[in-house]
Amino acid sequence: MNITAWEKVKLARMAGRPTGLDYIELLFHDFFELHGDRFFAEDRAIVGGIAFFGELPVTVIAQQKGRNTKENIARNFSMPHPEGYRKALRLMKQAEKFHRPVICFVDTPGAFCGLGAEERGQGEAIATNLAEMMMLKTPIISVVISEGGSGGALALGVADKVYMLEHAVYSILSPEGFASILYKDSSKAEQAANDMKLTAQDLVQFGIIDGVIPEPRGGAHNNCRQMARNIKKTLEHDLKLLQQLSVDELLEKRYQKFRNM
Amino acid sequence: MKMNPFKAKQYATSKVYHTRPQEIGQQEEERPNIPEGIMTKCPKCGKAIYTKLLLANLKCCNECGHHFKASAKERFGMLLDDGELFEYDATCTTVNPLNFPGYEEKLAKTQAKTGLVDGIVTGKGKIEGQPAMVGVMDPAFFMGSMGTAIGEKLTRMFERATKEGLPVIVFTASGGARMQEGIFSLMQMAKVSAAVAKHSEAGLLYITVLTDPTTGGVTASFAMLGDIILAEPGALIGFAGPRVIEQTIGQKLPEGFQRAEFLLEHGFADQIVPRDQLKQTLGTILKLHQTAGGKKLQEEEEKSFQKEEAKSPKRGEAESFQMEEGKYSEKPKEKSSRDMEGKSSEKKVN
Ligand SMILES: [Zn+2]
Repeated sequence: MNITAWEKVKLARMAGRPTGLDYIELLFHDFFELHGDRFFAEDRAIVGGIAFFGELPVTVIAQQKGRNTKENIARNFSMPHPEGYRKALRLMKQAEKFHRPVICFVDTPGAFCGLGAEERGQGEAIATNLAEMMMLKTPIISVVISEGGSGGALALGVADKVYMLEHAVYSILSPEGFASILYKDSSKAEQAANDMKLTAQDLVQFGIIDGVIPEPRGGAHNNCRQMARNIKKTLEHDLKLLQQLSVDELLEKRYQKFRNM
Repeated sequence: MKMNPFKAKQYATSKVYHTRPQEIGQQEEERPNIPEGIMTKCPKCGKAIYTKLLLANLKCCNECGHHFKASAKERFGMLLDDGELFEYDATCTTVNPLNFPGYEEKLAKTQAKTGLVDGIVTGKGKIEGQPAMVGVMDPAFFMGSMGTAIGEKLTRMFERATKEGLPVIVFTASGGARMQEGIFSLMQMAKVSAAVAKHSEAGLLYITVLTDPTTGGVTASFAMLGDIILAEPGALIGFAGPRVIEQTIGQKLPEGFQRAEFLLEHGFADQIVPRDQLKQTLGTILKLHQTAGGKKLQEEEEKSFQKEEAKSPKRGEAESFQMEEGKYSEKPKEKSSRDMEGKSSEKKVN
C-alpha cells in the first residue's frame, strides 16, 4: 500500500487501530498483569506483566492507548509519567532475574509534559531506562505498533531488535510540534511529516530499525488477527536467535547496534 | 544499508588551545551571549554592570549573583589548570542525515559565527592537578541542541575515558534534541547513555554539571546519569520546556519551577554550586574518588598526559595543523567511528 507519510501519521493515530492489549491478548496466553513502580504510583499508560509466548515465559510491556474516551482518559492517552517508566524498568529487572525475554510494544505520542511529571523526574526516569536497558542481561525485542514519539518511546525502545509495523511512525517529536518549532507554523504538519522521515520504510533504510512487519491490506485494524500472526512470526524467529547468544555476545551486539547510529 | 552520518574526512584530530581566565570574552564579540560594550545589563536584576567586571567575575552579576551563559571556551578557561585542554575530535561534524532543506547553510553560518564546529567541545584536562575527560556543551550553537556530532563526540569521550580509566565531567546546556537531524538525534540519547553505562560499569566516576538551560533529550539521557549531579544556581533544568508544559496544562507555571533549586528540592541534583566554587568543588570530588586502585591508574595517566603534552603542537601551530587534517585521515570511509578513536590524536600530531 503506497500512502504518504502524513497519511501514515493519521492511520497510526486512528481510533480503532489495534493497541498493545489487543496484541497481548492474541499473541500470549496466561497474561498476568503486574502493577506499580513501588515508589509512587501505578501508571496505566503502561501495561506490563508476565505471560507465555507459546511455551516460553516472557515479560510483556506495552504503552497503552485507550480504546474509547473513558479508557483514554484513564490511560492518559498513552503518555506515561515517570512512574510508568519506572514500573517498566522494574519489570525488566525482574525479567533479567528470571531469565525471561522482554517484549515491548511502543505506542505513545510522547512522555507526558506536566507538573507532576517534572517534579518526579521525567528526564531521570527516561535516562535511567536507556542506560539500564542497554545493560539488561536478557533479550529485548521492541515493536513500534503505531506511534513512537520522542524520548518517551525510546525509553522502551533500547532493544536487541527493533521493529515497526508497516504503517507505524517513529520520530523525534510529533509533526505538529516539529512544524511549530522549525516552520513556526503547526499547520505545516503535513510537510513536517514528510521532511522528518518518520515512516518504517525510511527508518529501516537508515538502519535505525531492524525490520518492517507487514500489515494486512488497508492497515492493521482491518485484520487484527492477521497482524498478530505477522508479529508472532517475527518474534518467534528472533527469540530463537537471541536465546542462542551468550549474555556477553548479546550485550556487545546491542551496544554496537546503537553505537553505530 | 546503514548510512554513516559523519563526513569521511572529519575524524579525530587534536589541538591545544589555551583560554585563560583573562581572555574570557575576547575574540568572541559576535556571539550573542557575550556582552558587548562597556556596560552590560543583568537580565535578572536589571542593573548595569561594567562588562570588564562581569568577565572578571566569571560572568556572574556582582549585584544579584545571576549566572550569565558561558561559552565552552570560557568554561575551560574557568575550570582547567592553566586553561589548558587537549581537545579531541575537534573537527567531528554532521552530514545532514535527513537531507533537511536549508540545514547545511544554517550550520555553516552558525559555525562561522561561533567558531565552533558543533555544540560541544570535548577533551582532556586537569582540575587541581587531576586529569579528567571534560565535555562542555555550548548554548550558542543551535541552542546547544544535540545532533549526531554531539552524540558521537560524547560517546568517543566516554569510550576513551573507559579505556584510560579516567573520570568524566560533562557540562550540559541544551534546548534538547537537534530537530534538523530527526530520528538520528533521538538515537544519540541511546548511544551516549550506552557509553555512559559502560564507563559506569568499569567503576569510573561521572559528574554532570547542569547549566542554564538543560532540557529535552539531554535531560532525558546523559545529564541525569551522573554519579554526582551538580547544578549552577538558577539554571533551568527539565524534560519538557516550560512553554510546552504551560500549553499542555493551560496554566502558568509557579515561580521557580524547573530551576536548579527545584531540582535539589525534589531530589534530582546533589548540590547547587555557584560558579566561583565550581573548580574547587570538582577538584574535591575528584580527590574523593582516588581510591588505591584509582590512584595507580592516575599515575600512569599522568605519564601519558606528559608525553602527550610534549608531542602536542604549540599554540599557533594548532591552526596550520588543523588545516592539513584531511591528509592525515586514514581511509575512514566505511569505517565505524570507533575504529578511529584512541591512538589517532597522538599519532597524527607527530
Ligand atoms: Zn544581576
